Amino acid sequence: MIEIKNLHATVDGKEILKGIDLTIGPGEVHAIMGPNGSGKSTLSYVLAGRDGYEVTEGSVSFFGKDLLEMEPEERAAAGLFLAFQYPVEIPGVANTTFLKSALNAIRKKRGEPELDAMQFLKLVREKTKALSMTDEMLKRAVNVGFSGGEKKRNETLQMAVLQPKFAILDETDSGLDIDALKIVAEGVNALRSPERSMLVITHYQRLLDYIVPDHVHVLAFGKIQRSGGKELALELEKNGYAEFGVNEAA
Amino acid sequence: MAATTETVEQVRAVTEQKYKYGFTTDIESDVAPKGLNEDIVRFISAKKEEPEWLLEWRLKAFRAWLEMEEPRHWAKLSYPPIDFQDAHYYAAPKMKDRPKSLDEVDPELLKTYEKLGIPLREQEILAGVEGAEGKSPAIAVDAVFDSVSVATTFKAKLEEMGIIFCAISEAVHKCPELVQKYLGSVVPYTDNFYATLNCAVFTDGSFVYIPKGVRCPMELSTYFRINQANTGQFERTLIIADEGSYVSYLEGCTAPQRDENQLHAAVVELVALDDAQIKYSTVQNWYPGNADGVGGIYNFVTKRGACRGRNSKISWTQVETGSAITWKYPSCILQGDNSVGEFYSVAITNNFQQADTGTKMIHIGKNTRSTIVSKGISAGRAQQTYRGLVKILPKAEGARNHTQCDSLLIGDQCGAHTVPYIENRNRTARVEHEATTAKISEDQLFYCRQRGLSEEDAVSLIVNGFCKEVLKELPMEFAVEAQKLVGISLEGSVG
Repeated sequence: MIEIKNLHATVDGKEILKGIDLTIGPGEVHAIMGPNGSGKSTLSYVLAGRDGYEVTEGSVSFFGKDLLEMEPEERAAAGLFLAFQYPVEIPGVANTTFLKSALNAIRKKRGEPELDAMQFLKLVREKTKALSMTDEMLKRAVNVGFSGGEKKRNETLQMAVLQPKFAILDETDSGLDIDALKIVAEGVNALRSPERSMLVITHYQRLLDYIVPDHVHVLAFGKIQRSGGKELALELEKNGYAEFGVNEAA
Repeated sequence: MAATTETVEQVRAVTEQKYKYGFTTDIESDVAPKGLNEDIVRFISAKKEEPEWLLEWRLKAFRAWLEMEEPRHWAKLSYPPIDFQDAHYYAAPKMKDRPKSLDEVDPELLKTYEKLGIPLREQEILAGVEGAEGKSPAIAVDAVFDSVSVATTFKAKLEEMGIIFCAISEAVHKCPELVQKYLGSVVPYTDNFYATLNCAVFTDGSFVYIPKGVRCPMELSTYFRINQANTGQFERTLIIADEGSYVSYLEGCTAPQRDENQLHAAVVELVALDDAQIKYSTVQNWYPGNADGVGGIYNFVTKRGACRGRNSKISWTQVETGSAITWKYPSCILQGDNSVGEFYSVAITNNFQQADTGTKMIHIGKNTRSTIVSKGISAGRAQQTYRGLVKILPKAEGARNHTQCDSLLIGDQCGAHTVPYIENRNRTARVEHEATTAKISEDQLFYCRQRGLSEEDAVSLIVNGFCKEVLKELPMEFAVEAQKLVGISLEGSVG
């Protein structure tokens, strides 16, 4: 469903991605691990279409379409979702208002009928409960005054409501204590299905104890250096990224 | 040649379609000859069959105006000189007499208001509202078209409660003692260049009187429309809330798209007696000019409320999205002890719009309180200034003010300026001023777009969030409209 070929990308004229090849099939969960500065977040932004991330070479096909030609909102409507490492605050906009606008914008683009207030509320209440979130969090402004854990749960809630076909989780474990991590991971696992694929980006193996991937890739210096099964993550945990020429202590 | 013209027209149609009220109504009008002199002042007064005292007042104002200078030096606005002789000071749709009922109103006029979405047929409003809520009607409307009021709805129902809601030209005849007592009592005829001009040539506007102890059961609303080319609109509104009464009043305005600038210089006076409350809301959507800054309304308005009585309260809420130039400072004179003044403002300027707007809170009485919340949004090449005065006089023991001014910038060619003036002459008073300036961040836009919102919807959502504190002060019926307006005004401001 997503096929990345020889992807090169620059930020401010500096090449960060230097030829990524990655294919993810339906229902598969892939993990990308790598040290800081290896290009993990750049990859997620390039796939989601953020301005300022320039693709200089290569292609990405998403359900047979050229993903790189699409606007960010078109990618969202096509089923791509990015759970942000640092979810953004939007003062004055209630969480529910934001979520309802987003869901209906996507439904509209897909030619599906928009949900009215009652239908939406029913849907969102159901999803909130599953993530141990309170109604009060729905009324608050988007991510404003949320703790780190609340922000990540909120990202998971958005994912649960928007039901993407392909979700990228960018350092979802950062800033989470173990209890919060478990709740978020449960939420994510509940969304695993044969039709939905995921790309889990993380520095540490810890998250992968809870969200168990089918494949693990090591990203360093803008390239995938090695790929393997979930056991590769454990190996990295033990040996660090030294074998890829990365000195993390520096 | 013809093909070029056609293309130009098409391009124009596309770029200007965002202002959906830009149409003109083809209607026969009575128009005074261009120019401004004593004869014109007499002509207007005669058209309105005014009493001698009012004509004299107008003439005094006109003579004072001749001696005054246009206030150009302090406001942060730039525009070419206005030729006050090159405009009509009176234009009215031709009517035999003041229409007795809507059936006598020109159908073209009724159609205009229909197009604008302004309900003028009481039965239809009643039917609609009863169907929805089963309550009494929510809004009574006075419709002012160019220089005259063409219809006022629910007059009879309001009269049963002793409420007077009519055109000010009608009030002059109906309750002359009230008009004479209060007209010019808040904004004197010598007040400022534009207010003085208004005193001389004002043509119509709304008059409201709420008797003692009466809570007005519906929103009162005036809808101003400039139609005629080359005319100025000078309306005058006077609202008096007698002891212990309450009224919520809303003003809306639109004008056709024209390439030349048109002048609008209104005066609004509010008087609140003991324990009375007036809530005055404005949704100002005058034609702002096109994307290149051609055309649009010059909006020079003086709005002032006097909290004369103890425990009285005046609250201004404004959503300013239109006009090429906005110059207005709705103010409160807090004379009565414990009186309260509020100013909630959202001003949006896009393209080449300019706004210099804010408020004045004059604390005279003891324990008077005021709150100012101003949200300015600037996009395109627009320039916007918040200018506000908080003045605490020596006798205002325990006075308090809190001011919050937030500016939001979209793009890198616009400007936001905050100019607060604070004068405190009482050491028991407390005055607070907070100000912030922010830009819509790339992060916020990308976050919204990643969730499926288009760039324009994202901007609209973020800006609505930014203005929320003010928008929630609007009567519910208009809050939704205002939210949409916020989005429309900023179309094309990013990307």
